[in-house]
Amino acid sequence: MASQEVLREEPSRASLINDPKVRSIFYQCLVVALLVSGVWWIVHNTIVNLTNLHIASGFAFLRGRAGFDISDTAIAYTSDSTYGRAIIVGLINTLIVAFVGIITATIIGFIVGIGRLSKNWLIQKICTVYVEVFRNIPPLLVIFFWYSGVLAVLPAPRDSINLPFSSFLNQRGFYFPRAIWGDGSWLILVGLLAGIAMAWFVAHKAHQRQMATGQQFPVFWTSLALIIGLPLLAYALSGFPLTFDFPKQSTFNLTGGFVVKPEFLSLYLALSFYTAAFIAEIVRAGIRGVARGQSEATAALGLRAGQALRLVVVPQAMRIVIPPLASQYLNLTKNSSLAIAIGYPDLTATTGTVLNQTGQAVECVVIMMVIYLAISLLTSLLMNWFNAKMALVER
Amino acid sequence: MTRSESAGRIFAGIVRICARRTLPILFAWLANFLTLLAAIQAFAAAGFQTLSNSVIFLDLTGIIAFDAIREWEAARRLRCGFLGMGRNGSCVHTGKVRVYLKNREKGLWVMKHIAIGILGAATLGLMASAASATTLDTVKAKGFIQCGVSTGLAGFSAPDDKGDWQGIDADFCRAVAAAVFGDGTKVKFTPLSAKERFTALQSGEVDILSRNTTWTINRDTALGLNFVGTTYYDGQGFMINAKKLPGVNSALQLSGAAVCVQSGTTTELNLADYFKANKMEYNPVVFEKLEEVNAAYDAGRCDVYTTDQSGLYGIRLTLGSPADHVVLPEIISKEPLGPAVRQGDDQWYHIVKWTYFALLDAEELGITKANVDEMKSSASPEIKRVLGQEADTKIGTDLGVSNDWVVNIVKAVGNYGEMFDRNVGSGSPLKIARGINALWTKGGLQYAPPIR
Repeated sequence: MASQEVLREEPSRASLINDPKVRSIFYQCLVVALLVSGVWWIVHNTIVNLTNLHIASGFAFLRGRAGFDISDTAIAYTSDSTYGRAIIVGLINTLIVAFVGIITATIIGFIVGIGRLSKNWLIQKICTVYVEVFRNIPPLLVIFFWYSGVLAVLPAPRDSINLPFSSFLNQRGFYFPRAIWGDGSWLILVGLLAGIAMAWFVAHKAHQRQMATGQQFPVFWTSLALIIGLPLLAYALSGFPLTFDFPKQSTFNLTGGFVVKPEFLSLYLALSFYTAAFIAEIVRAGIRGVARGQSEATAALGLRAGQALRLVVVPQAMRIVIPPLASQYLNLTKNSSLAIAIGYPDLTATTGTVLNQTGQAVECVVIMMVIYLAISLLTSLLMNWFNAKMALVER
Repeated sequence: MTRSESAGRIFAGIVRICARRTLPILFAWLANFLTLLAAIQAFAAAGFQTLSNSVIFLDLTGIIAFDAIREWEAARRLRCGFLGMGRNGSCVHTGKVRVYLKNREKGLWVMKHIAIGILGAATLGLMASAASATTLDTVKAKGFIQCGVSTGLAGFSAPDDKGDWQGIDADFCRAVAAAVFGDGTKVKFTPLSAKERFTALQSGEVDILSRNTTWTINRDTALGLNFVGTTYYDGQGFMINAKKLPGVNSALQLSGAAVCVQSGTTTELNLADYFKANKMEYNPVVFEKLEEVNAAYDAGRCDVYTTDQSGLYGIRLTLGSPADHVVLPEIISKEPLGPAVRQGDDQWYHIVKWTYFALLDAEELGITKANVDEMKSSASPEIKRVLGQEADTKIGTDLGVSNDWVVNIVKAVGNYGEMFDRNVGSGSPLKIARGINALWTKGGLQYAPPIR
């Protein structure tokens, strides 16, 4: 309590005009007022103009019947659904392609980034060429490369390429059997969850034991056995409830099974390969950023190269890598709007169709902007949290 | 005029200028700016290196500097390499490889397209009573009509090998130009995708939308447009590759097919309705640009192509082997195609509307491009009246154009029948019969009120 009283200062005797506190509050208020009135002016002007031009406005159109179909839908959608639902379908498609794209780009990026620092001349050069090629080509060209250069030249449905496990590849997409979960298949999921939980527990215990006694335990193989073995056991116990729906040839196309369309595939591959080149450079920067003494110390301690990388170098590199990584993730998400060029129904494409069917340009553009902003803010929030978790804990 | 109105007008001017003429320059300028930014970043990062006091810092800034320089190089390459763009935004053909050029155009198209969408919306927002001048005054002041056409549909609006726009829709704009200026060449064409077309008209980027667009109540009311008439009565049909699908001869056999369709069209909606009504499944393959739909169908990405039947005949000619493709007999919708203008300017609406009627009346009265000068001295009072040869006539001036407007129209493009034959009928590769597009006197639907 006493210390607080010491901190309390005498009130300033200068006039209000010269008081820096009052001044700063005044200027902040001024800026806020200008901003608010500017936004109000634009909004008001828009409404007045739309009325003058006899164009309908407002968001009520979102409840209207869409009337058009969408090729890739993750949730139930027919032409009877609403415009609002069509936009949500597009949003989910954007999120799906961004999510799998981010995972793949990260994996490829880490491999190539570490590969660029390899002592093996061939690996190093291959990775360098990869980075140089994909980093210097606009992403739209990469998408076109996959769509018209690779996937469009595949054979027609009648001459599909047969792959193992009853999968097929043709210019209409990649077909593989769809699993149909019968009665009692929930046991398999329980088995999987139990396996993951037990694997985590084993890893935790093994770590504790190693800390205490220095003895090691084959954590990796035990975990693998648990995570694969338990669901398999559950599968057998519940009487093999899993059946498959195989793709079959029909008049026009292959029907049945699960199909990944070429639009999705080319967008996903292009975004992954493009962003991976940037991530590779970030990873390389991170690893080069770890002091050389650290790797020398690991060598002196007798760790193998792989162990040194995994236990010492990468954890330190991660602290440098995460912030720029977050902006690459944001880039990938925003680049996914290039899907419009090849007809993948992402947020931009479906909202664009809604815009054109309803003519509500201002509303649709606002919806798109708000959604992309929300996705970006959410991603950076997540990455900031991850960054804080990985940051060096100073004692 | 209040102060906020005049400020709004200035803003609207800026936005409009940005939206149209200077857009490529803006992009060139942006590319330059990017280059500059990257260069600044590179130098700053290199500068920081000298201040560094830890190993990590040194290495990281080194890599940032390296990276920034690389970015700078890439930006420069983007600006003047194979993706060349001149200082004024013109395309610099430094690369010889065709595919690069093609793809660069696609890239530019996407940029332009997104920018048009956003700027169009922004223009709507900032127009601030800029529409107070009438369209006719604006058109006369700038000296030409800005006409929104398709990105290339044979018979309706497509550039020929010299780059001149040909087709019924393009000729209709020439007819309006002839009525307004007495000169059918005073037209500039803006190719628009299905998605861009309404925003372009609403925001004032084009004065007429003459782009094989279907007249619907929603477009006439909620979108703030006025359709002037039906220049072509059409209906939606299906086309398949008969070689690949020999057994199919009806649209009712199409269940399970992949269907190529252009997004944001009435076609897309009719397709959904038709398959739903007939309890059939289909797999939509949707693109925004006609060329993309054509390419996808030609490449076999889909089994069926659906659009207006006239369009199908036009598209068939552009395919690899036209003889392999057949148009199925079913017509699943009414598609009255016609030009549209903005609401709220009755004078302009009447000029465009009566240009259409004049084309029909000229055909009905037998006035053609060849005989229009002789017809001026015709004995028929009706022909003399239509051609503005009546003493003290006020028909043209009341409309807001000169009294010999019909003469100008017919001299520029001929009458409706000539326009039809030249572009889609017997005189064109499409060879579409007049059918319901014949005059009412010959059993068709084309009917115009009298000019008197």
